[in-house]
Amino acid sequence: MDLSKFIQYIASGTSYTLGVTLIALPSGLILGLIFAIIYVYGGKIAARLMNIYSTIMRGIPPIVLLFILYFIMSGNINLSPFWAGSISLGIISSAYQMEIIRGAILSVSGGQMIAALAIGMSRMQAIRYIVLPQTLRLAIPPWSNEAAIVIKDSSLVYALGVPEILRRAQLISASTQQPFLAYTTAALIYFALVLMTNTLLGRLEKSLRIPANP
Amino acid sequence: MVNQILTIKNLTKIYGDNIIFQDIDLAVNEGDTIVIIGPSGTGKSTLLRCINLLTKPNGGQIWLDNEEITREDVNEDKVRQHIGMVFQNFLLFSHLTALDNVKLGLVKVKKMDKAAAELKAFQELERVGLSDRAHHFPGQLSGGQQQRVAIARALAMDPRIMLFDEPTSALDPELIGEVLEVMRNLSLAGMTMVVVTHEMGFAREVADRIVFMEKGSIVEQGSPDDLFNRPKFQRTREFLWKITELYGKKEQEK
Repeated sequence: MDLSKFIQYIASGTSYTLGVTLIALPSGLILGLIFAIIYVYGGKIAARLMNIYSTIMRGIPPIVLLFILYFIMSGNINLSPFWAGSISLGIISSAYQMEIIRGAILSVSGGQMIAALAIGMSRMQAIRYIVLPQTLRLAIPPWSNEAAIVIKDSSLVYALGVPEILRRAQLISASTQQPFLAYTTAALIYFALVLMTNTLLGRLEKSLRIPANP
Repeated sequence: MVNQILTIKNLTKIYGDNIIFQDIDLAVNEGDTIVIIGPSGTGKSTLLRCINLLTKPNGGQIWLDNEEITREDVNEDKVRQHIGMVFQNFLLFSHLTALDNVKLGLVKVKKMDKAAAELKAFQELERVGLSDRAHHFPGQLSGGQQQRVAIARALAMDPRIMLFDEPTSALDPELIGEVLEVMRNLSLAGMTMVVVTHEMGFAREVADRIVFMEKGSIVEQGSPDDLFNRPKFQRTREFLWKITELYGKKEQEK
């Protein structure tokens, strides 16, 4: 087998890796955002529940959670490993993203909410138009860290048999007896994906920066 | 016949064992400028926060335009639309330009259409002399300019009454004048205002009535002339003497 075919075989798993990431990351964001708002503004009981959720999800290795969630899902609904794996990773990520967004909400000054209420806005309006736009800006740097983690953790779905980059590297390494080349190729592809994502998010952060005098 | 806009009866606020103020009675007529003075920690700011329901009082009642706003079933968001509030630390929305700060309430709360809201927001900025700063963000404005935008933001909602919570206390001395100027014009234009401040010059010149608060109650109130020249209580005299001494010196240094 020549080198370009070898690399091509592994690289063709990128579409799965991207697919898993593009499902897991946004669904984790939506869930994380909703959970963070409930955590901060939902009262004591809701905060306690969110805290329990976060502690459990973050206290168990993602691969173990992935298996648990996968078997719950595939036992009840007929989902392909790709979808079940992606959604599971999204759920796992939601706990981390909730903590990121919660931290960002708390670092928006409480005065902003008071000022919004003072002109007659409801709490929901204040959250939506005043708190969240500032929160999301603050959340971009820690969020880009989480994006990198989800890209890398997408490799975990190899354990469910999804033919993504790592799975393919493993298969071709076994059939050609070239593990170093196979895993280095996989490593480089992951690295390139993470690097691109961080660069894009860095640009986004810059373009959304609120102008201020030094 | 003067119209009473704001009436406060027996208002009490307690935090834990700490009585912030007790049994406050206050009436504000339409067009009046009331200045509340007193040592810090006497509950002046908390009183303002109770008036626009940002803080819940423990007892007593407040009426705005003869409607009780301390009822359990009152719509707080609606009430706050009619009460403008200006804060010590400005509290502009930091992610929005000056114009958008003023415009947002018009669009989202008053449901005005965008073009009309933009026009009105611009006019309000003009009124505080900042139409040339409309597209600046708060971080690009001086403290005095930020506070003037905050006043414009409150005015844009066409409030029945404006509350000022130490509006110049966070400003550098050279920026205080421009904010007081805006407030003076507002008072002359007939806006009903309740102002908590240590600016005795402003109080003396602009107030229709000065209210002296100490240790959670109103000690005395009256016209600036009465309070400054013929205070009834020794406490009032001492406070005014102290504060005039302090700020008078500052003024001489300027």
